[in-house]
Amino acid sequence: MNTIQEMAVSPVDEPVEERRGIMRWLTSTNHKEIGTLYLIFSFAMFLVGGSMALCIRAELFRPGLQFLRPELFNQLTTMHGLIMVFGAVMPAFVGFANWQLPMMIGASDMAFPRLNNFGFWLLPPAAILLMGSFFAPGGATAAGWTLYAPLSVQMGPGMDMAIFAIHLLGISSIVGAINIATTILHRRAPGMTLMKMPMFVWTWLVTAFLLVAVMPVFASAVTMLLTDRHFGTHFFNAAGGGDPVLFQHIFWFFGHPEVYILILPAFGIISEVIPTFSRKPLFGYRSMVLATCAIGVLAFLVWGHHMFTVGFGVGPELFFMYATMLVAVPTGVKLFNWIGTMWQGSLTFEAPMLFAVGFILVFLVGGVTGVVLAVAAVDVQLQDTYYVVAHFHYTMVAGSLFSLFAATYFWLPKWTGRMYDETLARWHFGLSIVFFNMTFFVMFFLGLAGMPRRIPDYPLQFADFNMIASIGAAGFGFSQLLFLYVVVKCVRRGTQASGRVWEGAVGLEWTLPSPAPKHSFEIPPVIK
Amino acid sequence: MSIATRQRRVFLILIAVAASMFGFGYVLPPLYARVCQLTGFNQLQSADSVSGSARPDADRTVLMQFDSNLRDGLPWNFRATQATAPVHPGQLVQVSYEVSNNSDHAISGQAIASYAPAGAAAYVRKLECFCFSIQTFAAHEVRQMPVIFLIDSSLPRDVSTVTLSYTFFEVPGRQAPAKENTT
Repeated sequence: MNTIQEMAVSPVDEPVEERRGIMRWLTSTNHKEIGTLYLIFSFAMFLVGGSMALCIRAELFRPGLQFLRPELFNQLTTMHGLIMVFGAVMPAFVGFANWQLPMMIGASDMAFPRLNNFGFWLLPPAAILLMGSFFAPGGATAAGWTLYAPLSVQMGPGMDMAIFAIHLLGISSIVGAINIATTILHRRAPGMTLMKMPMFVWTWLVTAFLLVAVMPVFASAVTMLLTDRHFGTHFFNAAGGGDPVLFQHIFWFFGHPEVYILILPAFGIISEVIPTFSRKPLFGYRSMVLATCAIGVLAFLVWGHHMFTVGFGVGPELFFMYATMLVAVPTGVKLFNWIGTMWQGSLTFEAPMLFAVGFILVFLVGGVTGVVLAVAAVDVQLQDTYYVVAHFHYTMVAGSLFSLFAATYFWLPKWTGRMYDETLARWHFGLSIVFFNMTFFVMFFLGLAGMPRRIPDYPLQFADFNMIASIGAAGFGFSQLLFLYVVVKCVRRGTQASGRVWEGAVGLEWTLPSPAPKHSFEIPPVIK
Repeated sequence: MSIATRQRRVFLILIAVAASMFGFGYVLPPLYARVCQLTGFNQLQSADSVSGSARPDADRTVLMQFDSNLRDGLPWNFRATQATAPVHPGQLVQVSYEVSNNSDHAISGQAIASYAPAGAAAYVRKLECFCFSIQTFAAHEVRQMPVIFLIDSSLPRDVSTVTLSYTFFEVPGRQAPAKENTT
C-alpha cells in the first residue's frame, strides 16, 4: 500500500510499478495498453459516427423532411465522414499496429513509447473539438468531409473547430506513423529481414510513409482555409486571385493517398488471416509486397479522378483515367493471391476467416465499381450520386471495417487469453454482411437512376430503395452492438486460449503465451 | 552506431519529410497558377487575343444581356449602362459598366465574369475589361468602365442569347496597382 510513496521517490526514467486507475492509462508507454486505448477510442467514435449515419438514414427513410432540418442533415453527413475516417478507421488501424507490430517483428515495444502516448492523447481533445462544434453558433461544419471551398470559407465558427481538430488528428497521425516506421525499420528481431516480415507489417510500413507524406499536405490545406477565413489571404477566393478548384487539387493530393492509408493495413490483415485458416503459406508473398509498394506509388498520381467535372480538359482527364485504371492491376494481384492461397487449402471458417472471405467478395464489388467510376465519361454522369456513396462504402465499410472485425476476432484470443463466443461472432458476421449489402447495394441503383448525394429529400421514385437502405442501415448499426457484446464477453470470461490459438497460425506473436504478457520479447527472438 | 542514434536519425528524417510536405502544400498554389498560365486554363484576368481575319457575320444577330451583381455587402451601386445589345458575331463591341461608391472611404473590388449559357464562355473574347485587375474606388467616386469584346463567329448556331454577368467581390486590404483603368 505504499505505491504512492515509491512513485514519489522513483526517478522518472525508471519503470514505475503499476500505476492505478486513470493515471495508468494517461501515462502509459506500453504498446499494448496504448493499442487498447486506440481501439476503445476508435470503437467509441465508430458508434458516434454510426449513430449519425442512422439519423441520416432515418431522415431518408421516406421522401420529405421528417426529423432533421436540412442544415443539421448537412452537418451530420459531414461529421459522419470526418469522424469515421479520422476518428474510427485510422485510429483503429493504429491500435492494431500498436498491439501487433512489436509482437510480430519480435520487438519489446515501439521505438518511441512516449511519443506513442502523446500521439494517442491528442485524439480525445480532437474528438471533443469535433463534437463540440455542433454547439457552436451555426452548428458544425456542413461543407462535406472534403471541406470544399468556397463553402468551407463561408461556414461559421464550427468550421474553425473542425480545422483545429484536423490539425490535432494530423499531428497524431504523423507522430504515430513516424513511430511505426522507425519501429519496423530498426526494432526487428535479428534475422528478420525486410522480405521475411509478415504482410501486415509490410502494409503498415508503406502506410506509414504515405501518412508522413500526405497528412502535412492536408494540414497545409486547412491552414490555408483558416487564413482565408480570418487573415485576409485569398488562396481559394477567385476575387483575390485564388481559385476554389485549387482547394480540390490540394485536398485530393492528400485525399487519394488517404484512402489507401485506410485500405492498405486492411490488405495486410487479410493477408494474415487467409493463410492461417487455409493452413498454407501466403501465395505470392513477393508479388504481394511489390503490389503494396506499387499501390503506394500510384496513390500520388490519381487524385484528379475525384475532379473529372472541374473542367481541366481532355488530356489530364485521360491521364488520370488511365492511371486510375492502373491501380486495378496491383489490387487484382492481391485478390488473386488471396484466392491462390485458399486454393487447395484445408479451409475452416471461423469468424476471422468469414470476415476475410466476406471482405474479398464485397471489396471486389467496391473495386470494380471504382473502375467504372474511373472512366471519365461515365464519371461525369455518376459524380455526386449515390453510386459514388455505394462505391466508397463498399471499400471503406466492407473493406476497412470488415478487415478490422477479422483482425479483432483473429488476435483477441491472443490479447485476452480467452476464446470469444464463436457462435455469436458468426451471427455478427452473418447479420453484418446481409444488412451491409441491403443498405448499400440498392444505392448503386439509386445512383444510376440519378439520386444526388448529401440531400435530405428526394423525389418519390427513389422511395422504395431508400426505405430498403434505411432498414438495412438500422440492422447493420444494431448488429454492431452484438460485436461489442462478444468482445466484452471475451475480455471477461471464456475458454482458455492456447498460445498458438489457431491451428494454422504462423508468426512470432503466436509463440507468446495467451494472454500476451505485458512485456514481451524483452530478449529478442532469433529468426532463422 | 547505437540503436538509439539510428532511431533518432530515422525520426529526424521523417520529421523533416513531414515538415517539407507541409511546405509543399504551400508550393502547390503558385505551381497551380503557373500550370494554368502555361496551359491557358482558367485565365480570368488576362485579355483574349483575336486573329486579324475576324469579320463580322452580318447575317446573324446574337442578343447580349449585361448583368451586374455585388457580393459581401459592398456599399456600391453597380450597373451596366445598357441592359442588352444586339451583336453580330465577329463584330467588335464596346459597352460600359458604372460603379458608384456610396461609402465614405476607398474600397477595392475584383469583378469576376460568368456567362450563360456556360458553354458560351469559350466564344466571348474580352479585349479590354475592368475585370482584368483590382479596381479601387475613392469615397463617393462614380466611374464608368468599358468592356470591349467580340463574339467568336464559331458560336454554335443554337445560341441566340448570351448573358455576360459580372460580380464584384470586395478585396480587403488591397489597392489597385495603378490608376490606369480610368478611361
